Amino acid sequence: MSAPEIRQDPPLDDRARRLLKAWETPRGWRYWSAVNNSEVGLWYTIAAFTFFLFGGVLALVMRIQLAFPENDFLTADQYNQIFTMHGSVMMFLFAVPILEAISIMLLPEMMGARDLPFPRLSAYGFWCFVIGGVFVCGSLFFGVGPQGGWFMYPPMTTEYQSGVGVDIWLLGLSFIEVASIAAAVELIVGVLKCRPPGMRLNLIPLYAWYILVVAVMILFAFPPLIAGDMLMELERALDWPFFDASRGGDPLLWQHLFWIFGHPEVYIVFLPSIALVAMIVPTFARTPMVGYGWIVLAAVGTGFLSFGLWVHHMFTTGLPGITIGIFSAASEAVAIPTGVQIFCFIATLLVGRVTRSVCLLFVLAGLATFIIGGLTGVMVALAPFDYQAHDTYFIVGHLHYVLVGGTIFPIVAGFYYFYPLVRGKQLSERLGTIAFWLMLIGFNVSFFPMHLTGLIGMPRRIYTYPAGMGFETLNLVSSIGAFILAAGFVVFLWDVLRPKSKQDLAPRNVWNAGTLEWLAEVPDKPWGVRSIPIVKSRYPLWDQENFVRDVDEGNFYLSDAEETLRETLVTTTVDATPIQCLRVPGPTFLTMFAALFTGGVFIFSTYHWWWAAGVSGVLSLVTILTWLWTGTALIPEKDRKDVGLGLELPTYVSGPRAVGWWAMFITMLGDMTAFVSLVFGYFFYWTIHEDFPPQDARGPGILWPLVSMACVLFAWAATLLAKRFNRQDSAPRFYGSIAAGATAAVVGALALVGACYFHQMDPTRHVYPAIVCALVLWTVVHLAVGVTMHLYCLARRAASRMTSRYDADIVNVTLYWHFMAVTSLITSLVISLFPLVS
Amino acid sequence: MTDADDEFVPEKPDRLWSLTFPPLVWAVHFLASYLTAAIWCAKAGPQAGDADPVRVAIAAYTVVALTLIAVFGWIAFRKHRTGEATLPHDFDSRADQHRFLGFATTLLAILSFVATVFTALVVVFVGSCH
Repeated sequence: MSAPEIRQDPPLDDRARRLLKAWETPRGWRYWSAVNNSEVGLWYTIAAFTFFLFGGVLALVMRIQLAFPENDFLTADQYNQIFTMHGSVMMFLFAVPILEAISIMLLPEMMGARDLPFPRLSAYGFWCFVIGGVFVCGSLFFGVGPQGGWFMYPPMTTEYQSGVGVDIWLLGLSFIEVASIAAAVELIVGVLKCRPPGMRLNLIPLYAWYILVVAVMILFAFPPLIAGDMLMELERALDWPFFDASRGGDPLLWQHLFWIFGHPEVYIVFLPSIALVAMIVPTFARTPMVGYGWIVLAAVGTGFLSFGLWVHHMFTTGLPGITIGIFSAASEAVAIPTGVQIFCFIATLLVGRVTRSVCLLFVLAGLATFIIGGLTGVMVALAPFDYQAHDTYFIVGHLHYVLVGGTIFPIVAGFYYFYPLVRGKQLSERLGTIAFWLMLIGFNVSFFPMHLTGLIGMPRRIYTYPAGMGFETLNLVSSIGAFILAAGFVVFLWDVLRPKSKQDLAPRNVWNAGTLEWLAEVPDKPWGVRSIPIVKSRYPLWDQENFVRDVDEGNFYLSDAEETLRETLVTTTVDATPIQCLRVPGPTFLTMFAALFTGGVFIFSTYHWWWAAGVSGVLSLVTILTWLWTGTALIPEKDRKDVGLGLELPTYVSGPRAVGWWAMFITMLGDMTAFVSLVFGYFFYWTIHEDFPPQDARGPGILWPLVSMACVLFAWAATLLAKRFNRQDSAPRFYGSIAAGATAAVVGALALVGACYFHQMDPTRHVYPAIVCALVLWTVVHLAVGVTMHLYCLARRAASRMTSRYDADIVNVTLYWHFMAVTSLITSLVISLFPLVS
Repeated sequence: MTDADDEFVPEKPDRLWSLTFPPLVWAVHFLASYLTAAIWCAKAGPQAGDADPVRVAIAAYTVVALTLIAVFGWIAFRKHRTGEATLPHDFDSRADQHRFLGFATTLLAILSFVATVFTALVVVFVGSCH
């Protein structure tokens, strides 16, 4: 390992000037139209961190209330809103978004890419997040905040809380979950397809491995919650009794759907933070990570096992012993991969030559704290112990040790580590050390006593407690600790925000790290990287000779932008061989407007302003279609392009080699997960009822659902044919099959609606018609989207924006229709034939 | 490592998702065990009193799952041992990528094996739905 080269900027030549022009950040008010990963990532980080501070202030307000017995600083109502918002803000508006923020900002840099493949999607996700977040947080200031805890258990939230609080939570956060899924799509495609040439699977930065796993987890974890949100909102708005036991519903279904999301969520927020640790530790140990393969095991293994834990949040709901045992076993098993990575970090620090820094202090604090939280986690994974500790302050202590140790401390370490990369200036080691000690001491003084308060019996989520039960001293100590912790954050915040104009710029690659993001110049240029390098090592800056010079001199790929278009390389998933020169779109306000209008649909629906919501929905559709029409699958001016080093690559590809195809595939996997959650609901009701469907209930019959299925399968086949006819350049047959497909889809949708209508199914009467109608609603909405896609392709071809050669639109629509066909098949068969065999 | 090392590697390209086979088997085994137990205990359990059919079913699933995981693990271990290079498999060559995938999959197979045994142990100790 040689010392990294420190170089001065070479003067800009013509190639560099063109490149800079292509990637120029918009100025003035147009700045907000930027979509580049560095801008959007920065806004995202600032927004998520602001929500974190808001959540932190809420925590302090709670600690003031709980400092003394029978305190009347807050009313019970205010306290309920505040603890609900504290949990919701920290999980939905900070922990998940900050991982997306940091990844959007840094992942392309770590992979030597100019940008992620769908910058506008990132920008759309960001604006959705901000609008949804402000809406949800704002409710608190009008006294109408949600009060059901961050898990919103029915029947409390369906029958006993009639205000808009719950709706704000359901719709506001569903909207943000959409943003999370958008980010997941972006990050998966980014890691798989936008790596630099040569970065094979065994050379990927560990951060990217973790992010790949986490993004896939988001894809399977968030949709069940979205399905649950949909059911609960249908119950609240239209009285469909999914969680109402008196009409056949069951509140436990919500708990299942919530925790199928909720437990993986813990790992979704933990793994990206530990990913930061995996980048920081080798740098300060001055040696490559020990046990790279073991860390990949840990990331992938945790990703899988974390989906087998959700019932451990439900141990006290009276489930069968075997079920409890199975989930307890998986909860113990997940400790294995989680522990493995910690041993790797410790081993790396042991074999390396460690240099002292604030980053490393926070990393070590994070690991120690997380280990304590992990061990109490093993305790509560044992059902008999959980019966005692459930809903007590022991759990509050446990989860904060996990989340603060596993997430907050590593993120603060990440701030100290990456701040010079992003802003060009270093944070203060002195202030950092003060912040570190305040945070570490404050955290432990605050949260350790909670284990004891819990063990002596103090329940969670109570706004006050009587004197004389032994809770007073421990609570007072916790409150004092909370303020010491907050003081640490104030010092940290000051360090981040203090004016630094007089401070010298940090040297390039200030920590002498070995990974690609440290190629960034100081001050950084908007192009991300001067030329896209060929990578031959896990730590190219340490191992590859003359690497920085070659990158800076533009000796690698895409060092020019002849057409002043934004371009990056697409490579194969495994070997990272270049396959396409991808044109990525530039600044636009469309994404912001699309987010505003999409937000309108959710926000107006909260107040049942259906007309406004409808108008907003139409505007949102129009904006998104405009965005697609003007910005995606554009026909290039030339088919192939020289990207440097004698390599010529296509500028347009469709099918499984194209990033758009992958995005559709990944989105539909998430969509399918939400659908499967609804189907799970149907069978869940079957298991809890003696007779399901009930004897006297009206069902959809057999005929209409099967007619619908036949129509949809016909539409699917017509779509496949349309793709083929388009390739053959047979326009009349293409238009014919698209029109036939769209018509069949409409008939299919009508047949499904007819099945419910003609059999006079009343979804408010019993949960059976309600769940059937929910499945029908889901399928019909998807058919409507499918028909819109048909018409879009028809218009594209008519406008010569899609041709037999440039056919990405119809290829991606065909992919959608594969999933559509499966959705329709399952819906129709389940609602029509299952009643015959049950 | 030199390009000559790539000669050890079969022509067939490596697949990223082969990494997920062992944990997928765990997932299917887990889900099958859970669903069998949940459905049996909801539909027949209260009358039946014990959960012997569930135990037999889970035992059968376990035999199949552990066999599959062992097979995937063995295939992966062979990949890891291709050629002569040793860990950490960080050379810029197809061969080392192949070995790396084999190694990571072997580790995942071991983890999946242990996790599957954990699930199976439940029905060794718990004999009824209650």
